[in-house]
Amino acid sequence: MENFKIDVDADGIALVTFDVPGRSMNTLTSSVMDELPELVERIKTDDAIKGAVITSGKASGFCAGADLGDMAGGSLTGGGDLQTAFDAGWKLNGALRALETCGKPVAAAINGLALGGGLELTLACHYRVVGDDSKTQLGLPEIKVGLFPGGGGTQRLPRMIGVQAAMTAMSAGSSWRPNDARGAGVVHEVVAKGSEVEAAKAWIKGGGKAVQPWDDTSFKQPGGGPYHPAGIQNFLVGNAMIRKQSYGNYPAVINLMKAVYEGIQVPMDAALRIETRYFIKTLMTPQAQGMIRSLFLSKQELDKGAVRPAGIPASDAKKVTVIGAGMMGAGIAYVQALAGIQTILIDRTQEDADKGKAHVEELLKKRLSRGQLTQDKYDALLGSVIATTDYEQIKGSDLVIEAVFENREIKADVTKRAEAQLEAGAVFGSNTSTLPITGLAEASVRPEDFIGIHFFSPVDKMMLVEIILGEKTGQAAIARTLDYVMKIKKTPIIVNDGRGFYTSRCFGTYVAEGLAMLEEGYAPALIDNIGRMTGMPRGPLEMHDDVALDLSMKVSKQTALDLGDKYVPLAGAEIIRTMVEDLGRYGRKNGKGFYDYDVKPKKLWSGLAELAPVRINDSTPELVEDQKQRLLYRQAVEVARCWEEGVIDDPREADVGAILAWGFAPWTGGPITYIDQIGLKAFVAQADDYAARYGDRFKVPQLLRDMAAKDETFYGRFTGARAAA
Amino acid sequence: MTEAYIYDAVRTPRGKGKKDGSLHEITGLSLATQVLEALRDRNGLDTSKVDDVILGCVTPVGELGADIARTAVLSAGWAQSVAGVQVNRFCASGLEAVNMAAAKVKSGEADFAVGGGVEAMSRVPMGSDGGAWPVDPSSAFPTYFVPQGVSADMIASKYGFSRDDVDAYSVESHKRAAAAWADGRFSKSVVPVRNQLGLVQLDRDETIRPNTDMQSLGGLNPSFAMMGEMAFDAVISQRYPEVERVNHVHTPGNSSGIVDGSAGVLIGTLEAGKAMGLKPRARIVGAASIGSEPSIMLTGPEFVTKKLLGKLGMTVADIDVWELNEAFAAVVLRYMQALDIPHDKMNVNGGGISMGHPLGATGAMITGIALDELERSDKSTALITLCIGGGMGTATVIERV
Repeated sequence: MENFKIDVDADGIALVTFDVPGRSMNTLTSSVMDELPELVERIKTDDAIKGAVITSGKASGFCAGADLGDMAGGSLTGGGDLQTAFDAGWKLNGALRALETCGKPVAAAINGLALGGGLELTLACHYRVVGDDSKTQLGLPEIKVGLFPGGGGTQRLPRMIGVQAAMTAMSAGSSWRPNDARGAGVVHEVVAKGSEVEAAKAWIKGGGKAVQPWDDTSFKQPGGGPYHPAGIQNFLVGNAMIRKQSYGNYPAVINLMKAVYEGIQVPMDAALRIETRYFIKTLMTPQAQGMIRSLFLSKQELDKGAVRPAGIPASDAKKVTVIGAGMMGAGIAYVQALAGIQTILIDRTQEDADKGKAHVEELLKKRLSRGQLTQDKYDALLGSVIATTDYEQIKGSDLVIEAVFENREIKADVTKRAEAQLEAGAVFGSNTSTLPITGLAEASVRPEDFIGIHFFSPVDKMMLVEIILGEKTGQAAIARTLDYVMKIKKTPIIVNDGRGFYTSRCFGTYVAEGLAMLEEGYAPALIDNIGRMTGMPRGPLEMHDDVALDLSMKVSKQTALDLGDKYVPLAGAEIIRTMVEDLGRYGRKNGKGFYDYDVKPKKLWSGLAELAPVRINDSTPELVEDQKQRLLYRQAVEVARCWEEGVIDDPREADVGAILAWGFAPWTGGPITYIDQIGLKAFVAQADDYAARYGDRFKVPQLLRDMAAKDETFYGRFTGARAAA
Repeated sequence: MTEAYIYDAVRTPRGKGKKDGSLHEITGLSLATQVLEALRDRNGLDTSKVDDVILGCVTPVGELGADIARTAVLSAGWAQSVAGVQVNRFCASGLEAVNMAAAKVKSGEADFAVGGGVEAMSRVPMGSDGGAWPVDPSSAFPTYFVPQGVSADMIASKYGFSRDDVDAYSVESHKRAAAAWADGRFSKSVVPVRNQLGLVQLDRDETIRPNTDMQSLGGLNPSFAMMGEMAFDAVISQRYPEVERVNHVHTPGNSSGIVDGSAGVLIGTLEAGKAMGLKPRARIVGAASIGSEPSIMLTGPEFVTKKLLGKLGMTVADIDVWELNEAFAAVVLRYMQALDIPHDKMNVNGGGISMGHPLGATGAMITGIALDELERSDKSTALITLCIGGGMGTATVIERV
């Protein structure tokens, strides 16, 4: 065995050290899966072994779970043959079941994080000891990539801690710290870090039982099963909660519930077979395939600099200036301070600059109160942010990011004043969400070092940074900017210049399409509910309120001016004009928009029907599905146009960027995956249908027709495009 | 085909379905037994001529489990040759039992059959029989399951009935029920329930509050708001996204009461009745059941009524007396709105809101109530219907002979 080392001590206790060669972290690779049965057989049949302790040989933790790369590669889908897929999926469950029924006590000495299949391996042990370390996480996060625990977790966890607690943890993908895990009943013992093995051995020597609770004849399901008077609520309410949260878009969470419901009513062997069946079924869904690829594999690649220009030495931003200390600027200051970057936070008055720093302080305090920062560290980080009005302080900055008003003159002035302080090689970044970078760069004396760095609000929560290239932006500036984004642990995507770049432009179509529906006479409640049901975080009308109606009107006016004859007015523009200019309804910011915000929860404005008479106030599932797709198609068509225009050119960036920036329905795996999975032919046909019904904005670019004709997909045709270029 | 005639219909009064209800100390079996005894004794029935006893029961577990119909037949001392079967079509079980009895008679399978029902809600709690629909995710998810009260609140929200509307309906129900009792309109069919000593335990419906008014009802808290806000509003909103928010208007005051009770309807062929010296009171003209959208669940009566009237070549105008179980006020309000039925023809003697809804028995009870009303008012045709869990609807048209 290459992954497990066995040392039997004088007491006959086998110490099994789990250590996957050539990896910094243990995962359940195909090789591990292959060796597990052998390991179990050895423990079971070697008479010299009285019991076993499993621990990790890695400093990085116990085990991070399944190898999603292997899984995405089809290791468990049997090439579509269901029995082959089941057999492959059963390998892990079969081995773990053999482990817990091997007749000898087995304890897990958990020395560091144990997630997913890693935790499930320990759940199949008779005893779990975890080292006390606030960094250690124990959890089953599979749901976040469109899967659920498939190594017995759906059966063992509910039998240990009850259905409600188990479902809550598995459906959210949350994790426990060691002491919380003991409190929840997930582990038996928390011991000083480094003494896990010793404690695990002590349990065996103390007569630890080699029988799992559920294999004991007196076992009773904690909290009751589905038809127990108390247990029934977990399912009755649990089913509703899952629909409430998932809108039925995520088969994983539904299949998870099915596995728990059906599995808990039968003995463990049958229960595990049920779990494997649902797991395989889930893994084969387009949602799981798309989510694993975009939310795990592609995101991880982008996080590691997959799109960084090659051949340019790595840089390390040590000092970065942020100009403009509003919410956005202060948010940027916070995330970079957290990454250990010395931060100069500049605004026009000391008072404004201080206000920005106060926001940083507030965010840092939150971490302090949650125990995520020590007092010393807190003091140091807060001290690393200097609030000032003095541009001289910029000196020595590796990067300057301006986050001032979206006004060309102000930005030009800031650019000039900042550049005067910058040394050669330092980068100037503009955090604009709409103004073309090439135009802004005209104010720069060093346009090759001028770049767009588009953060999203709130910066501390939004994981994406959209990097925008001006015409003259140089490779070195791109590389340095990417290095900075990686340092602050955000996910970078690189896009080319254009109106609204990639994310603002495509997001805008969602909001605009909602307005078009309003003009067509759809009841406002129908529009926003359908929007939410697509998997977008909010409905288009409430989103519009959040963006602010007056701002949206201003952008439209500016666009009309810029485009002249080419400008196509948005459907519903007159409704917005009336609301803003005649009625003073600006959106959430003044408490009056499509909704009234003076009541809680917010309520649709009753006057809206006068501006947009309701003609469609009844729904059928078919109508809802058609309009859901309409909202998603509209965005996807815009993404395809961005592609054709060269704004984006990497499917990973397009997908990850869409999900992280504007919350494009994560279950799809992103707009490009959405198009690919529908199939280019079918997508084009459906988009043509929408175009006929709703207008040219649904017209797909020629690229899509060409791809449809050749039966191509984006991922098939363009993967590695940038690397190859 | 042979015609099916109603010869008699009896019911127990309805006792409050709680521990302090008058019938709580009477077993469910005893309620069903007393109904069968009454049918026999009032009609001088030779029970050996009855082929089958069909009893609706929605929670057929515990003392009502294991085919309560056959148990009641034996307990009532009916001929051992009489078969018994318990059926469950949720709230329409009692009407379904009547329809099945009629179908057996019409098909020639039975000369006489009893259709009835029993529910002892104070003793066998509603829902204690389990059931996959809301619990198994394989059925709960695709059907947007919500508890009935949330469905009823959605009906009110979608079709525009306010809290005042539903409360006003309830006030009227109590007023009508009280007036009906005062007028002796139920005396023909209500059989007092006797206790272990044979003394009268209850001889009137127990939950009528003649003084119910808007003010007293207005103070009651919505029953399904908490449940709805927890998760179920979000579920039904995904099925009816045109509704911005579920308005929780139903309270214990405008929903049907939880009660204990039993009822039975004696049905037979003309020839069998003649041989027994019985006079037919009404003919079962036709019956139907349907399924409709299960999440809103309780709008089925509209669709089953349309189906049945269509089958019979009748229109709404042909019906003199309407009985729709008052499961929730909005159910009746929506039904009247959809079919354009005047309130003065609907549930004229009150209903489930004022007198309670002993789930499995109600359908048979309101069949008898409709028949009594036809005779009292000298009208000809009645339609009896109930909304049903799972989105079903069952309806029956009867006609005096």
